[in-house]
Amino acid sequence: MSADGSLGSVDRPAHLRGDLRLVAEIIEPGSRVLDIGCGEGELLAFLAQHKGVDGRGMELSQSGVNAGVRHGLSVIQGDADHDLEDYPSDAFDYVVLSQTLPATRRPRQVIEHLVRIGRRAIVSFPNFGHWRIRLRLLLDGRMPVTPVLSQVWYETPNIHLCTITDFVALCEETRVVIERSVTLDGAGLPYRLNPRGTLANLLAEQALFVLRGGRN
Amino acid sequence: MLGAPATCIPETSPVPVPSPVRESALRPERPGQALVVEEPLALDCGVALGPYTIAYQTYGRLDPERANAILVCHALTGDQYAAGRHPVTGKPGWWETLVGPGKVLDTERYFLICANVLGGCMGSTGPLEPNPRTGKPWGLGFPVITVADMVRAQVKLIDHLGIESLFCVTGGSMGGMQVLQWAASFPERVFAAVPIATAARHSAQNIAFHEVGRQAIMADPNWAQGNYHELGRRPERGLAVARMAAHITYLSEPALHRKFGRNLQDRDQLTYGFDADFQVENYLRHQGISFVERFDANSYLYITRACDYFDLAAEHGGVLANAFRGTRTRFCSISFTSDWLYPTAENRAIVHALNAVAANVSFVEIATDKGHDAFLLEEPEFFATLRGFLDGCARHRGLAVP
Repeated sequence: MSADGSLGSVDRPAHLRGDLRLVAEIIEPGSRVLDIGCGEGELLAFLAQHKGVDGRGMELSQSGVNAGVRHGLSVIQGDADHDLEDYPSDAFDYVVLSQTLPATRRPRQVIEHLVRIGRRAIVSFPNFGHWRIRLRLLLDGRMPVTPVLSQVWYETPNIHLCTITDFVALCEETRVVIERSVTLDGAGLPYRLNPRGTLANLLAEQALFVLRGGRN
Repeated sequence: MLGAPATCIPETSPVPVPSPVRESALRPERPGQALVVEEPLALDCGVALGPYTIAYQTYGRLDPERANAILVCHALTGDQYAAGRHPVTGKPGWWETLVGPGKVLDTERYFLICANVLGGCMGSTGPLEPNPRTGKPWGLGFPVITVADMVRAQVKLIDHLGIESLFCVTGGSMGGMQVLQWAASFPERVFAAVPIATAARHSAQNIAFHEVGRQAIMADPNWAQGNYHELGRRPERGLAVARMAAHITYLSEPALHRKFGRNLQDRDQLTYGFDADFQVENYLRHQGISFVERFDANSYLYITRACDYFDLAAEHGGVLANAFRGTRTRFCSISFTSDWLYPTAENRAIVHALNAVAANVSFVEIATDKGHDAFLLEEPEFFATLRGFLDGCARHRGLAVP
């Protein structure tokens, strides 16, 4: 959001955060979208303007919610742990959970709700298996701080960090179907790697998965 | 156009009139308009009430498409004078902070309608008004009314004004209950709904506070089983005590402390008696006394009862979400952190019900220490949120947004 508080800066996808740019490309025009952890609504504003999306947001921070509503977006104050169970099944075409999964209390239940509420879920998260993180822990014996995971351990909201391999295993366990997966570098740019391979787990700084429930 | 005495309906356009109605003049001390509906209103209690009068004010101008109307619903002790000088108290209208040219409820862009609720005492039919059969004030002979009854009466007014679909229905507290009732009962006529600092049902605690107020009124010998008008008396002490108790619930402990602390009233030391030693006592006494000048005790009984009976889920099989199934209305629910009368949890329950039917809903909790009364006060974050929501809705409605 620009200094004057307008959302004008998100007119160009280049101004969206890397992984959000990818999300915006995936989402089909005219869809119904729920963005969980929507911040000030940058993605929703972009989708509404450029893809005619019927968007809703959920955000924990009061300032984020207020900024979103102030800009005419439909945003509620809430969080993935407590406020997903009310939604009916298949209420949305896409449910987006961007960089928020490690901050949830019960990631497994959250994932299950995502694929229940949305026909598709788009989940992106930082990969804790990245080589720099492994090396930092191995050599320094300290919790890693990287451009993607930029906060020190006592300040980060992340309580359930995972690697790409961990996430794939959880999807198998919960019978969530991975429709598409993309590995990303630190800037959120796609990487040519098989996301389910061990190399991706070592080299990718972030990952983005398109999921759907195993029921269909 | 503030306080303008006439509606701005173009005279040439057809006005659908579903039942015989007529505009009537109110008493000179209550300026504004009044609609008399001849066809009786079927109340929830089973009584057919009619003819009945709806006293109302309008602000701004209805656009040719009749698309810019906002219905403002007042709270328990509010009235139709949302803005401009109040004819009885001489003070600004109860939502003067929000209503006016260039304000959030911009009278240069929107056509605002505010009606005194059924059961009220500022011109709409209520226990203060004469029973046509006896010519004497209704008193306790007036049938018990509900929030749904209030809304049914408002529908007649909106019909009379020729408005098919309201751009927005908004209000705080009991006004918020009316907003929810409108959205549940007449979803196709409500484009946007903004229930503020309210609840989908009155909590046990709120019923309890109302009962204290009612008992205070009834304990006043001047109440005389509600027949005080005929006897030329008024239960002023009882009504003042009711107001004092209720007023505490509209504030918050931090706000009271900030305003008064333990400061003494016009004295340097305690008097060791029961005068108003403390400023807070003096303030409450003043609140009580000034309230009785403008409010009818029986009306207070009836309107508090209407709040107590409000339970939107009960009308829908006990499931609040069912009240909103299939709704296309855009909602914005607003609560205040220090409001313990209609706390955030109550407002959030509304939001959860709306989520359960995948309704279009925004929800904002405003940080303030001003308690329930915050919805009537200068709260910049609240104003900015409401303005943003209304502008967003206006764009979807095809209304001009500056």
